[in-house]
Amino acid sequence: MSTTPTSTGPTRTSPTGTSPVRALTDGWVVAKRNVIKIKRVPEILVFVLLSPIMFVLLFAYVFGGAIDPGAGLDYKEFLIGGIFAQTVVFGATFTGAGLAEDMQKGIIDRFRSLPMSRSAVLVGRTTSDIIYNVLSLAIMALTGLLVGWRVREGVLDALAAFALLLLFAYAISWVMGYIGLLVPSVEVINNASFLVIMPLTFVSNAFVPTERFNSFLRPFVEWNPVSAVTQACRELFGNTSAAVPVPDAWSMQHPVLYTLLWVVGILIVFVPLSVRQYRIASSR
Amino acid sequence: MSDMIRATGLVKRYKNTTALAGLDLIVPEGTVLGLLGPNGAGKTTAVRILATLLQPDEGTAEVAGVDVLADPMGVRARIGLSGQYAAVDEHLTGFENLEMVGRLYGMSRQTASARARALLERFDLVEAGDRPSKTYSGGMRRRLDLAGALVAEPPVLILDEPTTGLDPRSRQQMWAVIRDLVSDGTTLLLTTQYLEEADLLADDIVVIDHGRAIAQGTADELKSRTGGERIEVVVADVARLDDAVRALAVVAHGEVQADPARRSVTAAVEDDGAYRLMRVLQALSDDGVELLDVGLRRPTLDDVFLTLTGRVAEGDDAAGSTTEEVSA
Repeated sequence: MSTTPTSTGPTRTSPTGTSPVRALTDGWVVAKRNVIKIKRVPEILVFVLLSPIMFVLLFAYVFGGAIDPGAGLDYKEFLIGGIFAQTVVFGATFTGAGLAEDMQKGIIDRFRSLPMSRSAVLVGRTTSDIIYNVLSLAIMALTGLLVGWRVREGVLDALAAFALLLLFAYAISWVMGYIGLLVPSVEVINNASFLVIMPLTFVSNAFVPTERFNSFLRPFVEWNPVSAVTQACRELFGNTSAAVPVPDAWSMQHPVLYTLLWVVGILIVFVPLSVRQYRIASSR
Repeated sequence: MSDMIRATGLVKRYKNTTALAGLDLIVPEGTVLGLLGPNGAGKTTAVRILATLLQPDEGTAEVAGVDVLADPMGVRARIGLSGQYAAVDEHLTGFENLEMVGRLYGMSRQTASARARALLERFDLVEAGDRPSKTYSGGMRRRLDLAGALVAEPPVLILDEPTTGLDPRSRQQMWAVIRDLVSDGTTLLLTTQYLEEADLLADDIVVIDHGRAIAQGTADELKSRTGGERIEVVVADVARLDDAVRALAVVAHGEVQADPARRSVTAAVEDDGAYRLMRVLQALSDDGVELLDVGLRRPTLDDVFLTLTGRVAEGDDAAGSTTEEVSA
């Protein structure tokens, strides 16, 4: 039996729910909750991780024969950077679905009645989803190595490529998280995000070299952030060839910097937007 | 003694409905207020406003001296909420759920962990404490949810229909737990659609309907409004309901209520209940009205509701609960 003291309020060891410190610690507590769910329902993970394998095999063997990026470069080498970029973008729908699901559950009422940071549910979700991305990148890299992809630059460059992919994935997570808060149910999120993701990943240099696009689409391809991530990966992994010239666009000449600008820009816009939507969506 | 909950003129409108139409509530420290009403009366809306989950369109509310609109964080730090849908994470164990809530109240890991263990013990969940809560029964989930509301030992507790959907045994257990809590001096706002529950747990009862209070008082005060004992007869043939109404009208004190769906007719009598019941039975027998059931009983809060609104307090009807969910 515990004793209830008179109105002294809760036992408090850290500052109030509005401080930045609380945003981080509360976000961490929520992230931990999501990770426990991964452990308890490993089936979710299995399917999330099988799809990147499918992507690698499908593109390598179905399109590999049909698309020739240029003399001296194997399509599989050309492809992997694009597949990585596409998969982390697709993976971000997971964040949206997770949030949309959370919003329908009673647990959100508990969270909202607690003196915790208003951003914690979002910070926690986007943080725990990094784990999915790390795992799916690892599995894709292994599959890629099996089908003939090779890292031809240094280990540090390769690690930088993975770090860039994770950063980009984290930023896209916030976009999808925002969409997840807008839609009324989990079923809608997959279709809604497809409308964004399909053009973004297919009208890019991920699967087809830029110069193969007509002049109408080419500017979009060149300035598409997915193209920049892909280009950055190819350069850092050493999967480039003189036969596939880099377009003159600034974005393609400085793909790492251009990607980082997108990451920062997305976070500046979508973090406050999502936090605001979280307040509105749950106080109707 | 100060007021721990004070709400004035709360109004909340939705597109097609007005959930709250100017509700006032006062709960003095250390007392239990029962907010009683059928589904869709506005109980959950009122609770959500007081728990800072919802903003009122009009009106003001203070919880433990803190304004819900000006300082929602301050209110959250002083309340414990347990809703009508158990707010537990089904993939987390009972212990993990409670520890997480403690951490989110700002407790250290050690404090939150110790508090979680203590609450599991108090709510008879020690054995189940390390199992994912989706394996729990409905009653266990509710207890876990209530435990979640108590993690920070809040001075004000808000329970929204804590026993709705529970089987009778789990309901009894829940009542015992709540009574135990209240004896510790916690201020409690309890919503319920069970008149028996309000009678049993609340010091003071506010009856609400269509978003406004229609009566307030202790259970005894409310009962005294409806007169003394009540005679109820159930006819075999619904066509004879009017004959039964006429027979009861002779002895009734006040209005006679007929419920065609249940084929029952009820009337309050001032005194001499048994004698008047005999007279009714005699009259119906002479008239050839066949009866399935007869009874003489003390007034319940159901009768109070009927007297106040002219309607029977709706139970768990599906349509009603849908509206409640929409407005929530």
